[in-house]
Amino acid sequence: MFFPISHAHINPIYLAVVGFVIGILGGFFGVGGSFIAGPALRLMGVDWNYAVGTDLAHIVGKSIVAAKQHRALGNVDLKLGFIMAFGTIAGAECGAQLIQALKRAGNVNIVVSYVAIVVYFGIAVFMLWESRKTLRSVRGRSQRGLVKGAKSKKDHSAFSPVTRNIQRLKIWPMITLPTSGIRISFWTILVVAFVGGVFSGFLGGGAGYIRMPSMVYVLGIPTHLAVGTDLFEIVISASYGTISHAIKGNVDILIALVMHTGAAIGAQIGAVATQYFAGPKIRLAFVPLPLIGAAIVIYTLLTGHKL
Amino acid sequence: MKKEAAKSLRVFAIELAVYSVLVICYFFLVLNLLGNWLYRLEAQHRYTYAGVAILLIAGQAVVLDTVTTLLFRLLRGRWK
Repeated sequence: MFFPISHAHINPIYLAVVGFVIGILGGFFGVGGSFIAGPALRLMGVDWNYAVGTDLAHIVGKSIVAAKQHRALGNVDLKLGFIMAFGTIAGAECGAQLIQALKRAGNVNIVVSYVAIVVYFGIAVFMLWESRKTLRSVRGRSQRGLVKGAKSKKDHSAFSPVTRNIQRLKIWPMITLPTSGIRISFWTILVVAFVGGVFSGFLGGGAGYIRMPSMVYVLGIPTHLAVGTDLFEIVISASYGTISHAIKGNVDILIALVMHTGAAIGAQIGAVATQYFAGPKIRLAFVPLPLIGAAIVIYTLLTGHKL
Repeated sequence: MKKEAAKSLRVFAIELAVYSVLVICYFFLVLNLLGNWLYRLEAQHRYTYAGVAILLIAGQAVVLDTVTTLLFRLLRGRWK
């Protein structure tokens, strides 16, 4: 089927299936799934600028459904979500401007591809290292009788000492987040959100692959809350990103609508599944996903984009 | 327990099949009715297109969420 806005020929069933898969991922991991959606659109010959903008639009719809599910399960810290939205919006605009500059220079596809590969690999390696280390330490403590069984739902992280040091930074104003159970500087939250926003505007999606780990490791938010809050925050920031990219001519809303039909049902399944897994296991299961995205980008680079 | 899991899987497969039929009808309708209009809007009125785009995706999210929830309730109620 021909999509006139982005001048692409794509089978709508393929789009719905991609949407379904990333819907499950989004509901389960709290990430928009742009590391799959972006490369999947590139695979069909859609330019990176359209892949980025269209993915953002599709994520708005998907995140509304998933965030609603997580809110019902008590996995959303509204106060944190609203604060983060400010930083993300500013960062997303910077990312979108970078895309515009690359578009004008005529090398948007090659530069975004290389950045995507580096970022996706980096995230996968870090999360593999951290979650395995955490699982080993939890198992060790369980054997020594310090944790009540390996199935404890309490969130542990090998990065905890760094997180505690970051939480000790007393830069005014300090914010208390009763839902997440932490007190942290407003600026730390804003920096984390801004960095996520830059990636969101530049690589597309909600950049949950950066923000979700940052919320867990840097801010010290429990994984289940990070997943839900991230999705809630993405609704606000991705809406802004969609409008910004649409004005710049980077959104094919028809592709986004078709992809979202699959994502709507996938997100419901993913959100329910989070209740059956502990934090480190969710993070370990996340590891192959950015690698799949990186592999697709490498494939499109080597073969000239199309299957 | 195994029987229950098999039952849940069967209900889920039916939900997915019914949903797929509804969705296929829906997106062919949307692509045919809105395709040309959105294409012209994107080319000539970018700001309006941006607003329409966000309203469409948010509206679709709310409608599809209602449809999937109703479908889940209807089919699960029938199979209990």
